[in-house]
Amino acid sequence: MCVSSAAGVCSSSVEQKIYVELNETVPCVRLLNATHQIGCQSSMSGDTGVLHVLETQSDLDWILSSGPHPPYMVIMETAFFNRSVMMRMKNSSRVSGVAVIVSKTGLAQNFSPHTTCPNQNTGVYGSELANCNVTVWNPLGNGLSYEDFSFPVFALKDENQTQVIRKCYEDHNQRVNGSAPHYPLCAMQLFSHMHAVTDTVTCMRRTDLQNRFSINPEVLCDPLSDFNVWTSTRPLNSSAKGHAANESVVIAAARLDGRSFFWEQAPAAEGTVSGIITLLAAIQALYPVTQEAPPPRNIFFTFFQGEAFDYIGSSKMVYDMEKNDFVIDLKNVHSILEIGQVGLHSGRSLWMHSDPVSRKNDSVNEAVSEMMNRMESAAAGLSVSVGHPSFSQPLPPSSLQRFLRAGPIPGLVLADHQKSFSNRYYESMYDDAENLNVTYPPGLTPDEQLVYETDAAKSLAEVATLVARSLYLQAGGENNSLSNITADPKTVAQLLYGFLVQKNNSWFRSLLLSAGPGPPQFYIGLGPRIHGPVHSVTRFVQYILANLTGTVTNLTESQCQNPSELSTENKDLFSYFWVSGPASVNSTGEPFCVRASVRLSEAVSPAFELLEYGSRNYSTWTESRWKSIRARIFLVASRELEVMQTKTQQNC
Amino acid sequence: MTLAVFFGCAFIAFGPSFALFVFTIAREPLRVIILIAGAFFWLLSLLLSSLVWFIAIKASNSQDPSLQRGLLIFGVFFSVLLQEVFRFAYYRLLRKANEGLAAISDDDSSAISVRQMAYVAGLGFGIMSGAFSMINVLSDSLGPGTVGIFGDSQYYFITAALMTLALTLLHTFWGVVFFEGCEKSRWWVIAAVVSLHLLVAGLSLLNPLYEGSLPPVYVITLLMGVWAFFSSGGSLHSLSALCTRKT
Repeated sequence: MCVSSAAGVCSSSVEQKIYVELNETVPCVRLLNATHQIGCQSSMSGDTGVLHVLETQSDLDWILSSGPHPPYMVIMETAFFNRSVMMRMKNSSRVSGVAVIVSKTGLAQNFSPHTTCPNQNTGVYGSELANCNVTVWNPLGNGLSYEDFSFPVFALKDENQTQVIRKCYEDHNQRVNGSAPHYPLCAMQLFSHMHAVTDTVTCMRRTDLQNRFSINPEVLCDPLSDFNVWTSTRPLNSSAKGHAANESVVIAAARLDGRSFFWEQAPAAEGTVSGIITLLAAIQALYPVTQEAPPPRNIFFTFFQGEAFDYIGSSKMVYDMEKNDFVIDLKNVHSILEIGQVGLHSGRSLWMHSDPVSRKNDSVNEAVSEMMNRMESAAAGLSVSVGHPSFSQPLPPSSLQRFLRAGPIPGLVLADHQKSFSNRYYESMYDDAENLNVTYPPGLTPDEQLVYETDAAKSLAEVATLVARSLYLQAGGENNSLSNITADPKTVAQLLYGFLVQKNNSWFRSLLLSAGPGPPQFYIGLGPRIHGPVHSVTRFVQYILANLTGTVTNLTESQCQNPSELSTENKDLFSYFWVSGPASVNSTGEPFCVRASVRLSEAVSPAFELLEYGSRNYSTWTESRWKSIRARIFLVASRELEVMQTKTQQNC
Repeated sequence: MTLAVFFGCAFIAFGPSFALFVFTIAREPLRVIILIAGAFFWLLSLLLSSLVWFIAIKASNSQDPSLQRGLLIFGVFFSVLLQEVFRFAYYRLLRKANEGLAAISDDDSSAISVRQMAYVAGLGFGIMSGAFSMINVLSDSLGPGTVGIFGDSQYYFITAALMTLALTLLHTFWGVVFFEGCEKSRWWVIAAVVSLHLLVAGLSLLNPLYEGSLPPVYVITLLMGVWAFFSSGGSLHSLSALCTRKT
């Protein structure tokens, strides 16, 4: 008889006796590019294995050679999640899956699953300077994110759930005095079957076949895509594409995304957030001065999405500029300043990286040297200093490399590392607030934490001031206006809190309807075609920019949606945002309309527009589709009991 | 818990009834009809009793576990009584049908005797009762896990199959004895059948104390089998005749 539960939902009570569903699951999914597949795959009906917790070396031997109940589902303590152990698991037939406990206890001093030489094939360098011949950028990288595993790997982030699994293991699977445990044993089943195989070319070919010949086409993979965010000090007419007359533009760029081994987990604090916040604070500092005393050149700020995956956003923007499909083109670009990883300089100096190959050209060399001088003079009077690494060192992985592929443009990449990255957790799940030393004293309410100025906030504000002043000088502004350009540490503190600790805070809520708890994750994802409107991080940056640089208008909601009907508003020059307004204790905020010159531009790799899925020049990264990703634990009986049950009916 | 358990338990629970169906019922269309109609009557009784139980559950406080348990016990006993009522109703229907069959046949006697109808009706009740007890348990036995993570016994599937087998056989025997009692107007027989059914249902509520429920139920099954044999006209003489005919 089916006994209904308290919720009134009648489910099979036998199933409830057998399985414990694990709800908080973080899988590793399969990604494909032109030639390879990376990530993890389970079989179609899930992979089952007897649980074993990997805490000591003898556990590793038990799993790989001596345990009597293979295949095993390994519960891996944090300390064992490294390349050597994972490679041994990969080569063993006794492992049916891995669940990694994600915690700070036992975490090694460094952990970066990315490669040692990020984006080496899609940068600007040929064979002499590519492949990190001169400087290995990420020496601590173990390349795990780019391996192909044929078993599922999940991350256990929820402490309560890990406790449930541990209890089941301790009750049933513990070894008593070195002897093997008895049946029934605790086991786990992981489902993460991926539909795409081999590489993007194969997957897109199969998808095209499905779309053409099947009544119910089944898409197998989707290209990674989202939007870049850009704005400028003087509004640009977005309907006029191609070369903009009389515009000489200084581009200030930062990246918007990160990644880690697991799907949609990318706190990317030092790798990405430091750059975003610096540029946002610099924009806020620059904007009033550029309206009062406008410099000769326009300053174009842009945030590129998808840079972790072979420069998706920047390659698309350069491609559009080359095809005259963007508001400016490459001849409009005067120089480029890119903000790289700037969070860990802590009293040491920042470094201006430049490209030695383009500097062989005298005019470019002169322009770059001038840029460095301007930056050094802007740093005078600030507590941060700048230096330049040796001339022959190539650029670190940066969006500037894609611009240089199109032609020699003077540019600098500002970073906190002279040679290799200072970031010990580059593109991993552990590159979080703690990595940037963003900690709050205990006992503060969330609203107090939002405005609390940590040391990291103050130091990033200094960097932002430096960037803003350098950009003003680079755009031809006057020296005497420089002292008015100062980044606000309070804004930086709020941005740090919102991007690293809690995205559901009162400031973000006043800008737009907010998302769930916790910090935002910076993985690019599949964009608006799949996930509805714009990815949350892109939307946050867009609305924050509108908040920092826009003007409040008194348009009504319908006028805000359709401003072209009004003669005073210009939809070509500006975007209009309907914003919720600050909420107080008693009431929700009064919404209003903000006009800003903030725009989005598509960030899809040109390879998918050109249908060159095996392209060597552009990013070809796609993410596989799947039906269900879940995990559950249960007991398994011995084979003897199962066989006895069949034998019983034979003898009856 | 894999295919081995699924097939094993399926054949334990349904093997004997399937064999009985194949060897004694499948060739005679009239018996097939009576079997299916019997199964339908059992389904009706289950529908009505579960309706009553469902209303009781919805009207009561769902947070009180002892009340829920009490309602479950009430539901079980009410269902038993309703099943016996429907068995009696089916008996009356079959008697009426028997007269009709006799009227339209050539030699003025029915093609099927009341005793045969009793057996077939009982088997119909038993098969449907077994199906309802066992099917959802069987479907869950196909997965990789077995019962036990919350402390239940790991012998759940096999005991469920054995219980189902016992119940199927019991329904068959009760059918025979009940109809015989109704024919001879021996009301104490009917009372005995009803109380034995209530006893077996009550024993099943002792689960998961399988030692307390399964052996007594099988003892009752054996005794009912003997009673049904004698009540349908069998005797020790016919048994020995069966053995000597074999040799």
